[in-house]
Amino acid sequence: MNQQRRDVLRLGTVLGLAVAAGLLRPEQAWAAQAEWNKQAFDGKSVEDVIKALGGQEAAESDQITLVAPDIAENGAVVPVGATSKLPKTEQISILIPKNPNALAARFDLPEGTEPEIATRVKMGETSDVYALVKADGKFYMAHKEIKVTLGGCGG
Amino acid sequence: MATRPMRIRATEKDGVTEVKVLMSHIMETGQRKDGEGNIVPAHFIQNVVVKNGDKTVLSAEWGPAVSRDPFLSFKFKGGKKGDKLTVTWTDNKGESRTDEATVS
Repeated sequence: MNQQRRDVLRLGTVLGLAVAAGLLRPEQAWAAQAEWNKQAFDGKSVEDVIKALGGQEAAESDQITLVAPDIAENGAVVPVGATSKLPKTEQISILIPKNPNALAARFDLPEGTEPEIATRVKMGETSDVYALVKADGKFYMAHKEIKVTLGGCGG
Repeated sequence: MATRPMRIRATEKDGVTEVKVLMSHIMETGQRKDGEGNIVPAHFIQNVVVKNGDKTVLSAEWGPAVSRDPFLSFKFKGGKKGDKLTVTWTDNKGESRTDEATVS
């Protein structure tokens, strides 16, 4: 009998039973499969996130531009963009340390993709917003304060 | 939950393709309470992958702090008019959606 096949079947049964027994909720079973850096998204501070992404510290860099308003009237929808002129920029993250969890989004840029992204995020209150850039294996960042007049977290 | 199609626009100019995507998702944070004081469970997009043909041009991991009905814009080199672009998202409940657009 094919031992590998047995093992796969057994694993499937165990996971299935765990879900059925309520030990694992289906979304947790899924979380084990999808690649999502929970540790990074659980981080409360900029330092937590840098460590979870595999770095030590990030130097301030004037090669990074954070495109964001000075004042956000609606914290539920704050347009934020980041551009990096650092060579070999491979990753851009948006961090909001005053939110319940600091990391809002992380973008991996394969070769050929421009180091320029934009999205919209929620902000619970006025906070410094950071663009954290990984370039050539090192971390760099730039930040800017965004004042929020109406919070975006149901408050 | 049935999901609505994404709106995707991809335009090529001088060898650079600009992509703008508007997704439809509730992006529930898990911090909010309903009228009876019960916490509304988190439900948000965790992974986004954009491919031009077979080549991945952007992959992203998101937390619940990305706004409801998320917007995303970026640029990549090497796309041509007529290329097929696919955008796929997967959320924390394992739901997923893929939509296609043609580079113009």
